[in-house]
Amino acid sequence: MNFYKIWLRNISVFFLICSSFVSFAVVAQVDTFQFDKAENQERFRNLSNELRCPMCQNTSLSGSSGGVAEDLRREIYLMIKEGQTDREIKDFMFERYGDFIFYKPRLTVGTIFLWVGPAFFLLIGGCVGFSVFRSAQSLTLKNKTLTDSDQNKIESLLTREEQNLKIKGKTS
Amino acid sequence: MLPEIGHFSLILALNLCVLLSVFPFIGSVKGDVVLMSLARPLTVGVFVFVALAYVSLTAAFATDDFSVLYVAEHSNTLLPERYKLTAVWGGHEGSFLLWIFMLSGWMLAVAHFSRSVPLDFLARVLSILGMLSVGYLLFLLATSNPFDRVVPLAPADGADLNSALQDFGFIVHPPTLYMGYVGFSVVFAFAMAALLSGRLDSAWARWCRPWANVAWAILTLGLCLGSWWAYYELGWGGWWAWDPVENPPLITWLLGTALVHSLAVSEKRGAFKSWTVMLSILAFAGSLLGTFITRSGLLTSIHAFASDPERGIFILGILVLSIGGGLLLYAVRSPLLKGGVGFELSSREMFLLTNNVLLVVAAASVLLGTLFPMIFQALTGKLISIGPPYFNAIFIPLMIPLIFFMAVGPLSMWKSTSVRSMVTRLGRVAMISLVLGIGLPLVITLEFDFWSIAGVGFALWISLSMISDFGNKIRKKSNIVEGVRGLSLSYYGMQLAHIGVAVMVAGISLTSSYSIEKSVLLQSGESTDLGEFNFEIGAARSVSGKNFSGQEVSINVSKDDIFLTELLPQRRVYFASGTPSTEMAIDAGFLRDLFVTLGEQKENGAWSMTLYVKPFVRWIWLGALFMVFGGLVSAADKRYRYLQESVDKNKKSLATYSSGKTADVGV
Repeated sequence: MNFYKIWLRNISVFFLICSSFVSFAVVAQVDTFQFDKAENQERFRNLSNELRCPMCQNTSLSGSSGGVAEDLRREIYLMIKEGQTDREIKDFMFERYGDFIFYKPRLTVGTIFLWVGPAFFLLIGGCVGFSVFRSAQSLTLKNKTLTDSDQNKIESLLTREEQNLKIKGKTS
Repeated sequence: MLPEIGHFSLILALNLCVLLSVFPFIGSVKGDVVLMSLARPLTVGVFVFVALAYVSLTAAFATDDFSVLYVAEHSNTLLPERYKLTAVWGGHEGSFLLWIFMLSGWMLAVAHFSRSVPLDFLARVLSILGMLSVGYLLFLLATSNPFDRVVPLAPADGADLNSALQDFGFIVHPPTLYMGYVGFSVVFAFAMAALLSGRLDSAWARWCRPWANVAWAILTLGLCLGSWWAYYELGWGGWWAWDPVENPPLITWLLGTALVHSLAVSEKRGAFKSWTVMLSILAFAGSLLGTFITRSGLLTSIHAFASDPERGIFILGILVLSIGGGLLLYAVRSPLLKGGVGFELSSREMFLLTNNVLLVVAAASVLLGTLFPMIFQALTGKLISIGPPYFNAIFIPLMIPLIFFMAVGPLSMWKSTSVRSMVTRLGRVAMISLVLGIGLPLVITLEFDFWSIAGVGFALWISLSMISDFGNKIRKKSNIVEGVRGLSLSYYGMQLAHIGVAVMVAGISLTSSYSIEKSVLLQSGESTDLGEFNFEIGAARSVSGKNFSGQEVSINVSKDDIFLTELLPQRRVYFASGTPSTEMAIDAGFLRDLFVTLGEQKENGAWSMTLYVKPFVRWIWLGALFMVFGGLVSAADKRYRYLQESVDKNKKSLATYSSGKTADVGV
């Protein structure tokens, strides 16, 4: 009975260890596809950076040495050679793997929030900043400009002082 | 025996933490000096027992005690010593023990260095840190005990540390990152204590600031080491991948950066208090999210630990209690905070406010991109990926205005600064940055490239404005020596950190614009050109280490027929796991890196390999190091120390500020 438990644990340890290998199977890959035009080489690199390896934890096609990634890179290479455009290649990948394959999500009803979100945050941030500024500004204004009663007080003080001076001048 | 001592120490530490979170707290509420002064000895106790547990686990690794399950999973008799000692943080349980060890270290530091802080305030701070530790220790003991044994059938040998981790980067990156992360718990505790006591003034900001600066500096270092490690270890030619596990430290860093600036306003002007407290909570939330996201199994990433659902629930509990509690306290108490100082549209406060808004928006956007796939999947059931193209498109536009204001802010005055004086002071800087920014890349490369121009221009904009401000400040004094001495350390820290950003911006833009790479299939004796460099393939030979064997190819690099260096990339297979891995060969330089990744050997004996030339890539980390020193230098400013000395003299008068009783009881 106890042995069974230990056996179970050992098995689970085994799987744990296996899974930790999977999660680190990131070995830089090296391809040697030759293109006739430098421009196509560039396209190949961009595509394999923008498309995700469908079987890996989180790496692009260019960053994975997995078999699937290698096959897909070859696929891209062949399609570029056949003269297909980036759009056609992406459509092909989408048909096979869905949205998961794109590191830059396509604009759909669902993903629109990804682009609206930051703009929305900026709007909120701007509003908060503005309100902080307004309340601070009202403080500065309060310190700088005087209320009517203050103004009246000053004027009455000044006129009194003037009259005092006049009286003094007369008497001397 | 030793693992049991470690296990027992953890339980003792948990008990002490419970005492710490209860009694000093009650003491601070009741004004009971005896209870309050328990905080320091209890903190020392927690540290001692957590350290003992940590040492026990390390000892289990050092002595190859594979009857401890965690050791059996993460070590091997063949593992080199330096990795045996550090494999403690190679998995979930041990790395979380490291997290707790770091926290208890910070607590000890707070207890030791905060003698200037009134006792009741210190008691609250330590008590809150104690509460956090209770949660962490419970989590560790209940769901992830690193001391679990496999008896009686202990394996003869361990499964080995993941080969990708067997590297210098693994020794330095996780502890630094954790130390930075945990530092924000201290700032959080200070903010909570301030909310509880209602004491949120310039003095509070002054106590808090050095801790925030140090935590920020260490987190910066942690991120920098992580980026450098990923660059040379994973060998994909990049230095930042926008991986879901890289993002939380960045989010924390962005919030921490906002916090450091906001604290400056709180200290100098008594403004933004409520906002500063909010940022402390958010930065702390970011740090928790960062460590827990890897452990919850919510995200798939190359960093993720193996996870189980029970832990996920526990983690959620800790997150909700600590962050929710913090936010609740904030909601209840922050209306009491009155930050009443005025400032105008053109003032340093306003520029710092803009900085804060941009940083927080950037942090929120990165968080959105990181969590979106998970939310999307939960709602629609469809999988979606979000990677570098998205993050770059969102992040860079937010950083550009930030960089613009970075030059303006430090030159402006508090409260109100005239636009005309700013234009006259920065006009020349703007002209020079514009001319050189466009001119330098154009003249040197004879090509028009928008991002390199923007990068060089902005780097000059920041650094020249810093230099001109420095010059102006010194000119006001009678002579240079006096001028240099007259400026505070915190000013020098700011200068260093901002110039660090300039260096980093230049590095990022230049390396992104001018990096070239090429994948080739070459036999020994063949050669190929990349840029101005020639790579000639030499002989391959076998190499072996204590726990691996493999092959090494010699590559001679020359420029204009002059020999530069020999690069020796390797392909290794580790015995214990059998996984192949590549070791990049890098010739690092101030102006450029040469970099080779070795692929497989084909049937005809030719090696596939990728060659890279990466100009200015080192500047990215150089800039980060400037920021680290900047943060540390400004934390060492004498006005934080001065307070302490003056308190030592007049201890009584300060220590009795709220309770009205003599609190002159130290440890």
